Amino acid sequence: MRFREGDRVRVRTDDRAGHIRTPAYIRGKSGWVAIAHGEFRNPESLAYGGEGLPKQPLYLVGFRQTDLWPRYSGPPTDTLYVDVYEHWLSPEGGSA
Amino acid sequence: MSQDHDHRDEHAPIRDGGHASPLARRARALEALLTEKGVLSTADIRSAIDTLVSRTPADGAKLVARAWVDPAFKVRLLADPKAAAAELGLDLTSYARLVVVENTDKVHHVVVCTLCSCYPRMLLGPPPAWYKSLDYRARTVADPRGVIREFGLELPPKVEVRVLDSTADMRYLVLPRRPLGTEHLSEADLGSLVTRDSMIGVSDPKPERTHV
Repeated sequence: MRFREGDRVRVRTDDRAGHIRTPAYIRGKSGWVAIAHGEFRNPESLAYGGEGLPKQPLYLVGFRQTDLWPRYSGPPTDTLYVDVYEHWLSPEGGSA
Repeated sequence: MSQDHDHRDEHAPIRDGGHASPLARRARALEALLTEKGVLSTADIRSAIDTLVSRTPADGAKLVARAWVDPAFKVRLLADPKAAAAELGLDLTSYARLVVVENTDKVHHVVVCTLCSCYPRMLLGPPPAWYKSLDYRARTVADPRGVIREFGLELPPKVEVRVLDSTADMRYLVLPRRPLGTEHLSEADLGSLVTRDSMIGVSDPKPERTHV
C-alpha cells in the first residue's frame, strides 16, 4: 500500500474507454486517504474476463464538497467519500 | 378486482413489451448454455435468486437495535461488522466487505452508488428502485441535503453531511441515531423502529412506528 490514512492525494485525470471505477466528477480533484481498505482484484481487468491480478490497493478517499462542486449549496464542512484504486491516485504534499 | 372496473383516465392497455433488452437476451443465452452443458440446473439458478432476494432490512435492523442497547457491541460492530453480525447468527462470510458508519449529532452519512447500484444486500435485501435511479445517483453526490430533505429530513448546517459513494468492493451500512424518548423500549421494539431508509441514510428512525 503506497498511501497511509491521512495522506493527501489527487485523483488522476486520465480518461479512457472501458470499465473503470473512478467516477468522472472526482478526477483531477484532491482529497485525503480516510481508510486503507486493503487489496482487491482489479475490476478493470475482471470486467473483461481477466484475473484482476496483480491486486490493487483500494482506499476510501475523502473530499470537501466545495472542492468538487463550485456551486455547492451546503456548508463548507460537508464531505464526500469515494472508494478509489491506487493506480488512480497521485501523492500530494502535506497531510490532512 | 372486478372484470368490468372502469378507469376514469384513458390509457393504453398494459402489455408485455415482447422484446427483451440485449442484456436480458444475453443473460438468457448464457443460462440456456449453462444448463444445456450441465454446469448448472435451472433449480440451482432459481435457488440462488431466491437466496439473493430473501434477505430483508430486518437483518440490518437487528444489528442496529443491538448496537443501540449494548455499547460494547456497537464498538465491535464498527470495528469488525461481519464478526459482530456473526454474534447475532447472521452469516455474512460469502458477501462483499462491509463497513458500518455511525450517525451522530455531528455527522450524518448517506450512501449512494453513482456508477451502478452497489448496496449492502446482505443486510438490507434488494435495493429499492429509487436507489438505482439515475436521479438519486446523480443528485445525492451533488446535493445530498436537498435529496435528504425530500425524504423528510432537514439537517441543520452544523451537522456535517458525509456522502459515501460506494463504487468498488466495499458496502456501506449506516448506523442511524437512536430516537429520543425510546429509553423504555426493548431491543425487539427498537428493531421495529429501524427502517431501511435510515440505514441508507436518507432519513432518521422515528420514536414510534408509523405503520402497524
